[in-house]
Amino acid sequence: MKALIWTATGLMVAVGLAVAARQAPPSADAGRAAAQSSAAPPPQEQVEVPPPPFTEGIFPCSSCHADMPVDRTRRELGMHTEIELKHDEEHRWCLDCHNADDRDYLHLASGELVPFEESYRLCGQCHGEKYRDWRAGVHGRRTGEWNGHKKYLLCAHCHNPHAPRFAPIKPMPAPVPPETTVPRSRQGDANGAP
Amino acid sequence: MEPPDGGVTRRTFNSVAAAAAAGWILTACGPKRLYDVPTDRLKQAIADLERRYAEQFGTKVTVSGAQPLPNVEFAYALDISRCIGCRRCVYGCVDENNQSRDPQVQWIRVLQMEKGKGVDFSESNAYYDPELVPEEGHFYVPVQCQQCRNAPCTKVCPTGATWTERDGIVVIDYDWCIGCRYCMAACPYGARHFNWSEPTIPAGELNTSTHYLGNRPRPKGVVEKCTFCIQRTRAGRYPACVEVCPVGARKFGNLLDPDSEIRYIIEHKRVLVLKEELNTMPKFFYFYGT
Repeated sequence: MKALIWTATGLMVAVGLAVAARQAPPSADAGRAAAQSSAAPPPQEQVEVPPPPFTEGIFPCSSCHADMPVDRTRRELGMHTEIELKHDEEHRWCLDCHNADDRDYLHLASGELVPFEESYRLCGQCHGEKYRDWRAGVHGRRTGEWNGHKKYLLCAHCHNPHAPRFAPIKPMPAPVPPETTVPRSRQGDANGAP
Repeated sequence: MEPPDGGVTRRTFNSVAAAAAAGWILTACGPKRLYDVPTDRLKQAIADLERRYAEQFGTKVTVSGAQPLPNVEFAYALDISRCIGCRRCVYGCVDENNQSRDPQVQWIRVLQMEKGKGVDFSESNAYYDPELVPEEGHFYVPVQCQQCRNAPCTKVCPTGATWTERDGIVVIDYDWCIGCRYCMAACPYGARHFNWSEPTIPAGELNTSTHYLGNRPRPKGVVEKCTFCIQRTRAGRYPACVEVCPVGARKFGNLLDPDSEIRYIIEHKRVLVLKEELNTMPKFFYFYGT
């Protein structure tokens, strides 16, 4: 089931990119060409990650945003109301990370576009130390084999980029204290013998 | 009666033969510890076990006899600054390693400690049970077998049922354990657990992928403990607790591989071991990732 969802997401991303590439206005084409040449990191930078955890049906962003005028002002949004920005929200707004002219990309402080699959480069701009540890496999989770092929997760697989702090969770049950380690099936025997 | 040529008397011959036979019976019979059995004997023992488990649980159980990999010494690191005390590891371990549900046996114990007091076992609490974790002002130290280099538990075993493998895992041969619990008294970490009654595992929850020295079903009256998931790690996988941790606080790897996560942690982070003053030299490290 999970694999199916990932496959579906992957397909959606691929189809979305193809559609976006065909439909985008010519003015954005030059930008994207530049982005795709510069967004490809050098080989030693590349890491294998599963597809980004998009909300279903939300990507490509350009399917809605392509025809909309860009409004850079901080305001109550009419859409995306489920997003509560709790990530240095005093100093930041959507377009500090999302690219205004082509919404299917993020952008670095330098203006360089990065696809969502490489969002760790965006996070790493501020969280350099964490980024370094993540590359070493020490921050965050890695899957695969300890002596073989390893896969990374994107920052966004664990942290909600709009509110990255982990929410507290319910703990699993506490262990049974030693005085009651008599099997529960034998507790309450008439003779009380353990 | 003296033999005419001064050779062996019938009496001497009989005595020597009887002694040799007794010696052979005492040494060659009974179960062998895994480290000194010949391969064909091990195969036989494993086949017997698999047959017995199939009868007992009504399903096919595989028992691996995988040996240590060359140039590997396992080590573990746990990020205290990240652990939130959710106990996912505890139950992930129970499921993976076929621990008894009733009576309850758990190889991992998560201790809640107060931030102001540091790592202090006398102030710790394993029975915390709030609605949500982490709790304000607390941090969490999960404790399991520390896989000591200088392991006190292996030295006190009267039958040689527990020892350190070449890849650094301290293992128990359940067929040789007599249940004296000397090792439990010797372990300063409370990492060893005794099966006071017949372990129970609900039907269908048995992990059928097992290792001879690890998570194969145990009988009543033997000691058990964490083996770094020997059935997984000797096959290249990460231990179950590493994979299940929701915050990525658990790290595992080969100490002899300079590119492993473990080596990075030891070389770049503040690392500590529990009860360092006892000179047990654990291969289970705690570190501060932040």
